[in-house]
Amino acid sequence: MKTMRARLPKDAASLALGADRVAAALMASAAKQGIDLQLTRTGSRGMFWLEPMLEVETDKGWRAFGPLALEDTDAIFSGTSTKALGPIDEHPWLKRQTRLIFNRCGQIDPATPPEFSGLKRAHEIGPAAVLEEVTKSGLRGRGGAGFPAGIKWKGCADASAPQKYIVCNADEGDSGTFADRMLMEGDPFLLLEGMAIAGFATGATKGYIYIRSEYPHAIAAMQKAAAQFDALDIEIRVGAGSYVCGEETALLESLEGKRGQVRAKPPLPVHHGLFGAPTVINNVLTFASVPAILEHGAAFYANLGMGRSRGTMPIQLAGDVKQGGLFETAFGLTLGEIVNDIGGGTWSGRPVRAVQVGGPLGAYFPPSLFDTKFDYEAFAARDGLIGHGGVVVFNDSVDMLAQARFAMEFCAIESCGKCTPCRIGSVRGQETIDKILRGQSVNDNLALLRDLCDTMKSGSLCALGGFVPYPVLSALNHFPQDFAR
Amino acid sequence: MRAAPASYTDASAAEIVARFADVKGGLLPALHEIQATFGFIPRAALKVIAKGFNITEAETYGVVTFYHDFRLDRPHGKHVLKLCRAEACQAVGANALAAHVKQKLGVDWGGTTADGEWTLEPVFCLGLCMIGPSAMIDGDVHGALDAAAVDALVQR
Repeated sequence: MKTMRARLPKDAASLALGADRVAAALMASAAKQGIDLQLTRTGSRGMFWLEPMLEVETDKGWRAFGPLALEDTDAIFSGTSTKALGPIDEHPWLKRQTRLIFNRCGQIDPATPPEFSGLKRAHEIGPAAVLEEVTKSGLRGRGGAGFPAGIKWKGCADASAPQKYIVCNADEGDSGTFADRMLMEGDPFLLLEGMAIAGFATGATKGYIYIRSEYPHAIAAMQKAAAQFDALDIEIRVGAGSYVCGEETALLESLEGKRGQVRAKPPLPVHHGLFGAPTVINNVLTFASVPAILEHGAAFYANLGMGRSRGTMPIQLAGDVKQGGLFETAFGLTLGEIVNDIGGGTWSGRPVRAVQVGGPLGAYFPPSLFDTKFDYEAFAARDGLIGHGGVVVFNDSVDMLAQARFAMEFCAIESCGKCTPCRIGSVRGQETIDKILRGQSVNDNLALLRDLCDTMKSGSLCALGGFVPYPVLSALNHFPQDFAR
Repeated sequence: MRAAPASYTDASAAEIVARFADVKGGLLPALHEIQATFGFIPRAALKVIAKGFNITEAETYGVVTFYHDFRLDRPHGKHVLKLCRAEACQAVGANALAAHVKQKLGVDWGGTTADGEWTLEPVFCLGLCMIGPSAMIDGDVHGALDAAAVDALVQR
């Protein structure tokens, strides 16, 4: 019997497109043709318009097929498939990327521990040198705030306490983002390795990963991996449907078993974090960037990117886009390149009208700002943010008043209630936009809405209330015709 | 999907609480386990939880009601359909799909059909933003949905 090795993702998005049924059909088709199909279920390569995507090993390397439906499986083994995509490593969408975090994702069995080359090097050079490498690499927090990781780690390392913690923020609640989920499902050991390096560098001996409950597949993959990992004692905790728990201090409260209410800062978590102890809290992608920095050196990493945004960022393309998925690349591409070249424009074929970058609290950009470079400072200079790297494309049917109203509604639903500008401002914001919608004193209410945004921006305790003005004001400034009555 | 929910007794709740009472920050894991066991958080359990964690009943109530996931005294239907309402799914028609589903099931967000078969819940992002509109039914994920696809799923 001929043996054939193949890989098919079990990423949640691939499953949502029927990957399990395709897997069963593949096994049946292979058996009919006398082939012993050794199918490894992997994470995804991130090209979701081609999912479910199969990779088959041939004497000319790995070749891909997709998107596969149940009726496509017979033809793969008879060599007559019309879904052949050719050698996967030559695929232009993958070839154009610089994959440091997602290098292995889609190619490995997520449940098998890999070589921990970054951690090995960390142990060779010692904690102080690890801190220096991470600092010199220029790595900034990938959760959205962009705080230099090396400085955060050093703060925790310098704190003296009997117990310190490493906490991973895997509460990826921003719409349009899925990189954390993909990594946890496709290469969970990379995250564990990054956290273990952080523990080694700072003297923290216990780690927690706080994963949102909306990600059951990621939770299962991380639990399986953590059970086989002994470089750091890591516990997986599950959120309970609260968006604000993605804010670091609310997350710590939630981990402590309390309401997920934001804490006033200072004190910073590096001094007074989980259970009052010095704590490094970083996003999944921040920790997952570290093994490559240790393995290749700070200079290699710092050579990628632009300005103060160094290294790579997994850009997540979503919404009405032809080629949706994950594209990891050095900072510096323009928004237009991301949407039109990489994304291939809209899936619907309608013109692009607005692109929301950075999740529900990110600004809406019109195509006239498509020359904005993907970089923390470049987006900030245009009253936007890159956040966690989500790019959501809207076509010309979008009503920007409705999007502005949704931003306020979402903030009202998810506000933790601790500070007044966010708790009450978001409700008043919805009401004011509704008045504009009804044509009631439009100019006065537009002025009131701007004033309210100003209050929320400068008066809120955290980024939920503080950043809601980004989508609202960008909708208002770039698409004023949608507010005219 | 777990087996059918167990019926509530103080003793079985206390047994769950006891497993988590000594875990640092164990209240959320305990609440998840109680909900998984009984299908929701029965009000009677608040007293048991408070006692086990040595916190007030008011504090327990505060935590339970803070989180969208926890269903205080609100059993759900036989199946739960969570439909994504977030921006990336909105960009590909989630609002129209939601209106269709509400009409089809005859319920609003949070409602359960009269026959007790379906509970409709909003969810703000399942991380399936590149294949929207997306939904989760009893823990299984579904993408690239339209009205016909959802109809087929709720009629199976």
